[in-house]
Amino acid sequence: MRRYLLQRLGQALLVLLAAYTVAFVLLQALPGDAVLIKFLGSEMGLTADQIAELRIAYGADAPVWEQYLHTLGRFLAGEFGYSIRAGVPVASLLAENIRPTLVLAGLALAAASLLAVALAVLSQLGFGWVRAVVRSMPPFFVAVPVFWLGIMLIQVFSFQLGLISVIAPEPWEELVLPVLTLAVPISAPLAQLLIRNLDAILNEPFVAVARAKGATHAWVLWRHAARNALPPTLTMAGVLFGELLGGAVVTETVFGLGGLGGLTQQAVANQDVAVLQAIVVLSAAAFVAISLAMDLLLPLIDPRLATRPAGAA
Amino acid sequence: MSGANATAGFAPPRTLVLPPVGLLLAWTVIALVLSWAVVPGLFAWHDPLQGVAGEQLLPPSLEHPLGTDGLGRDMLARVVYGARESLLGALLAVGVGLTLGTALGLLAGARGGIADAAVMRLVDTLLAIPSLLLSLSVIILLGFGSINAAIAVGFVSVAHFARLSRAEVLRVRRTEYVEAAFGSGGRFLAVLWRHVLPNALTSVLALAALQFGSAILALSTLGFLGYGAPPPTPEWGLLIAEGRDFLATAWWLSCAPGVVVLLVVLSAERISRSLGARRT
Repeated sequence: MRRYLLQRLGQALLVLLAAYTVAFVLLQALPGDAVLIKFLGSEMGLTADQIAELRIAYGADAPVWEQYLHTLGRFLAGEFGYSIRAGVPVASLLAENIRPTLVLAGLALAAASLLAVALAVLSQLGFGWVRAVVRSMPPFFVAVPVFWLGIMLIQVFSFQLGLISVIAPEPWEELVLPVLTLAVPISAPLAQLLIRNLDAILNEPFVAVARAKGATHAWVLWRHAARNALPPTLTMAGVLFGELLGGAVVTETVFGLGGLGGLTQQAVANQDVAVLQAIVVLSAAAFVAISLAMDLLLPLIDPRLATRPAGAA
Repeated sequence: MSGANATAGFAPPRTLVLPPVGLLLAWTVIALVLSWAVVPGLFAWHDPLQGVAGEQLLPPSLEHPLGTDGLGRDMLARVVYGARESLLGALLAVGVGLTLGTALGLLAGARGGIADAAVMRLVDTLLAIPSLLLSLSVIILLGFGSINAAIAVGFVSVAHFARLSRAEVLRVRRTEYVEAAFGSGGRFLAVLWRHVLPNALTSVLALAALQFGSAILALSTLGFLGYGAPPPTPEWGLLIAEGRDFLATAWWLSCAPGVVVLLVVLSAERISRSLGARRT
């Protein structure tokens, strides 16, 4: 077990280092450099000497491998450099913006889980056409463009029904539609997995035994199927995190909310490489940490998994 | 499910069985959108780029089935002409992902050892970065524009294609006919080309169909954020973004292109499922 743990930890660190490398290659090593992009084309009228000085100040003149190690060292120390545009440390930009995004993503995840469980239960309990409709919902949810859904929700709830005011909304009011927007695409893969698991479990012999002993459908579903169907959804946590973050970028843009998403969007629009690099590396770190935690947690929840600690990931 | 597989598979049953309605509809949608891209003039009788002064923000009518936008341009024409932009972009994206990913996957599956480990760690890494952030990184590198956006979207799918084709190669390699081909003196590349690749193709094709839908969705997202084609171009994501400014007065402007994207993505998913896609 200890060996497995160390092996899994090493693998996680390796992926993290590789993610940093990918971000470095894409964002720092290849595009000339950000200093040139900002100061060369602008109307500041800087001389070549001044630009060279600036490049030294930002460390853009060093050889690539030196920059690579230097940036890596800074990242490990929790220092993410300066936003080329705003001139403030990236770390403080992130700290400022992380809270609203966490709130949005957390609420959306909760709403998505409710939605997914509701769909899964209906897919087993509903009658005839209800089941068919419910089962066609997840692919439908995946195919909906998130930004379009947000716009349509604004149209329906704010403009048509007048339920949620657009001008000076209450704090909770401001969050209802974004949370709903983000929850729909997140719920789809969850619901799909839950439905598939329930289908598989309800065909197991032990379910037939329970039925033969006189258990009702609802009892089987609750007592036997749910317990077995829920733990595997934890393996999706990492993927869902990525979807939440990506969805937050779009949702925050549509609704004009501040947060990591808005920050990302601005960073791309302004070619603010340092900010995007930090966001990419940190989100990869979060993904790796979440996946690792789930891998270690799952055998505790589901004892059957503990007997086969497959390193095949 | 099994009916869909049977009809979409190779051996046609004796009595002609119609494919399920959903699948038929999906193919119809794709065929329609394809013909929009090839001969847009047949479906729209207005100029998608040239607006008519005094005809701004008209509601849907016989002359303008989807109304007109803020510059007096016919919305139906813009949606129809936008098909070319979106479909070409998605094709390019899938092409990038398919070639790079399959090459990596074949290499990993066929060579094994260090190559396999390296490719699989790369795949893990690409999957660890949220896909939107990954494509945004590529876009920052390449700059804005429709082709760059397509490459960025394709880059994201490399990992999926690599993983699937590696798994397929490993599966096919263990079969007896491949062992027999090797046993009868087949050279490595020749066996790969003649026996392994054709047998791995079906599921790769199914994944390509699925990724085609995802690419349309991702491209429209990038277009909406303003990183895709520049404004006068009709592109579905951009159309939705432009319509947003008139949401209170002309909601149909944003609604129509979104419905088109939704239907195309849904159809691609349905077709992919009929080809026997295994979601990874």
